[in-house]
Amino acid sequence: MFSLRKVFGGIAVALCLTFAASSAMAAKSSLIMGMVLEPPHLDPTAGAAAAIDEVVYANIFEGLTRIDRWGVVRPALAKLWRVSEDKKTYTFYLRKGVRFHNGSAFDASDVVFSLNRARGKSSTNAQKVLFKPIETVTRKGKYTVVVTLKQVTGSFLFNMGWGDAVMVDRASAATNKSKPIGTGPFKFKRWVRGDRIEMVKNTDYWGKPVKLQKATIKIIPDPAAATAALLAGDVDAFANFPAPEALKQLENDPRLKIVIGNTEGETILSTNNQRGPFKKLKVRQALAYAINRQEIIDGAMFGFGTPIGTHFAPHHPAYVDLTAKFAYNPQKAKQLLAEAGYPNGFKAVIKLPPTPYARRGGEIVASQLRKVGIRLEIIPVEWAQWLAQVFKKRDYDLTIVSHTEPMDIGIYARKDYYFAYDSPKFQALMKKLNETVDRDARHKIMGEAQRIISDDCVNGYLFQLAKGGVWNKDLRGLWENSPVQANDLTEVYWVK
Amino acid sequence: MSVFLAKRIATLVLTLWLTTVVIFIVLEVIPGDPAAVMLGMNAEPETLAALRAELGLDRPALVRYFSWVQELLHGNLGISHTYQVPVSELILERIAISLPLTLFAIVLSTVISIPLGIIAASKQNKPADFFVMGFSQLGIAIPNFWFGLLLILFFSVTLRWVPAGGFPGWEAGFFPAMGSLILPAVALGLPQAAILARVTRSSLLEVLQEDFIRTARAKGATQRRALWRHALRNGLIPVVTIMGLQFSVLLAGAIIIENVFYLPGLGRLIFQAISQRDLIVVKNMVVVLAATVVFINFIVDILYVVIDPRLRGGDRG
Repeated sequence: MFSLRKVFGGIAVALCLTFAASSAMAAKSSLIMGMVLEPPHLDPTAGAAAAIDEVVYANIFEGLTRIDRWGVVRPALAKLWRVSEDKKTYTFYLRKGVRFHNGSAFDASDVVFSLNRARGKSSTNAQKVLFKPIETVTRKGKYTVVVTLKQVTGSFLFNMGWGDAVMVDRASAATNKSKPIGTGPFKFKRWVRGDRIEMVKNTDYWGKPVKLQKATIKIIPDPAAATAALLAGDVDAFANFPAPEALKQLENDPRLKIVIGNTEGETILSTNNQRGPFKKLKVRQALAYAINRQEIIDGAMFGFGTPIGTHFAPHHPAYVDLTAKFAYNPQKAKQLLAEAGYPNGFKAVIKLPPTPYARRGGEIVASQLRKVGIRLEIIPVEWAQWLAQVFKKRDYDLTIVSHTEPMDIGIYARKDYYFAYDSPKFQALMKKLNETVDRDARHKIMGEAQRIISDDCVNGYLFQLAKGGVWNKDLRGLWENSPVQANDLTEVYWVK
Repeated sequence: MSVFLAKRIATLVLTLWLTTVVIFIVLEVIPGDPAAVMLGMNAEPETLAALRAELGLDRPALVRYFSWVQELLHGNLGISHTYQVPVSELILERIAISLPLTLFAIVLSTVISIPLGIIAASKQNKPADFFVMGFSQLGIAIPNFWFGLLLILFFSVTLRWVPAGGFPGWEAGFFPAMGSLILPAVALGLPQAAILARVTRSSLLEVLQEDFIRTARAKGATQRRALWRHALRNGLIPVVTIMGLQFSVLLAGAIIIENVFYLPGLGRLIFQAISQRDLIVVKNMVVVLAATVVFINFIVDILYVVIDPRLRGGDRG
């Protein structure tokens, strides 16, 4: 009897050990990632919401080219390409054996369809401007496509790597909003609206298979709830954590890792260059001197963010650091205001969209400007109001917003843009940039462009938005920076 | 009874028609273009025009109003601008969370508050009464979102008994789904319970002063029997009124709690729809919610008649 008990005991212990060992050996293969904003739908070719790309880019949908974690253009569905002597004809050689998630094969006719759909008359592509240079798209054989351009476009291959330029299937294009069908390594499984989006591994993928079997995007709009979800272990990662003020608290948790990276978001004090006192360069210069960037970063972002002196990402090789040029100097600001004819300052309005960086940053900017005599009335607006009043009607003096599109200095060449900045010199320079393909020459032009807008003090340049990532310490492969708006999960895996 | 019903139904129709007019005008007046919200800062004017035409926003306001009401009368709630799925489907998905949550909270608050209210009334000015009133004072004073956060910190982060939020869906099974509703229901229900306990107590105390209670006591009924047999039924009328109001408030107004527990309920849907200018969702949800509230009030009116037979008599004459 006694020995029997021992035998059973032994078996029980052995069983326990086996279970323990097997569960320790098999690394997790599913991921739950938190996101603040729910995408309105899942078709990246028909909406501007960053949240769409943050779910589907590189995971579900792929384009001819793709942008990797360093912001570099890589081959995707086009395995290689040839550019003609005059830089106006691109020949793309497509990968063979690629299938959409609905089973239909991907070939040259899908490329022709996708690009023509994006640039067509009834297109609702939010970045239709990317396709404007295209003159013709022609199928040359089953796996070869020739694209001709109206004018040389240096950034064409990069542009084809945007989420808005992904390849879609003719049969499913109309239903991609609710049931996205792409060629990517993950397949859409289901979307419980308001709660989560589920993706599973695409076993039929043409490229390197992903390690995750399943990925779930969990929608958690409230920063306090996001903190609780991480602490309770309900989510494994927040690639872009919404509350910088909570990062310190999360840092103390040994299960979590905090990773601060870059984004393409230049956060600026946008200025209406055609309105009131802001027409005068001296007033805009005064504004630049009156702003204490570090104070704004500390107060609005709890220290996370890089000061910028122009509209360009500091991690880009062509970036020129111009922050010292208009270093904080309230005395100088006052003097410039007096020279401009406002010795006692003036009143103006700042309209702030709902993002925390804008609302908190706006309060600080207002108090800094008050010190030099500019009295701001703060008007909080919703995003839809901001788009209607500030962006479209230009009914504003100042506002704060982060411009998150990559490489978007070209917006300063649009004289009807909401800054209302009209500089023929800058416009000519952008034209030159578009026509230049050589990398070093392009970088030189970019440097010049940064100097022009900084000299003209078009806007107040505040800081580059940081990406505060929080994830489980056993998780690898998430992007540290976001050169494009994406949560690329293709290289994500668990070490345990 | 039939006159009563006819009056009620007329009110219902009128209320709903007024709702459609008001909400349509409000949405016409507030700034913001649904197409601009969807296409963002880089959109070309022609793209915006194409999308507006696709959404039917390029037609004159009156045409849009009448075609909307016509669709409504056919029971068609339209397709969401942003989500591109039928609005009825969206609302049903959300009701599958908001309704159980509301019922759960109401049941919880009723089960707690009415006995407490009765105890407090029957032990007026005794320690039990002070205890109950102290509890309800606290319950009214604590904001429910803060209470929700405390619950999360204790039960999810520290004890890890239930998830900190989210909703697995009913297809995940009854218990996991209910499990994720427990903390939100407590956070919603307890402050309501505090109010209900107070109302029950004061209403019972008032009834206990009435002549018929004195008569019952004079005829030899004990204090307890007078309370249970005679006072309770009368005392519950204001309680039912408050419960009816609470139900409507909770169904659509749980938005803060839905945010704290990131539950995809009705409140969050309407909030998102407004900020994204998904006008069709906003309009139709408002109409559906208004219909629900009117309907609940209708039920409450009928409940009065059930509780208080005198109201039945009034109609007969």
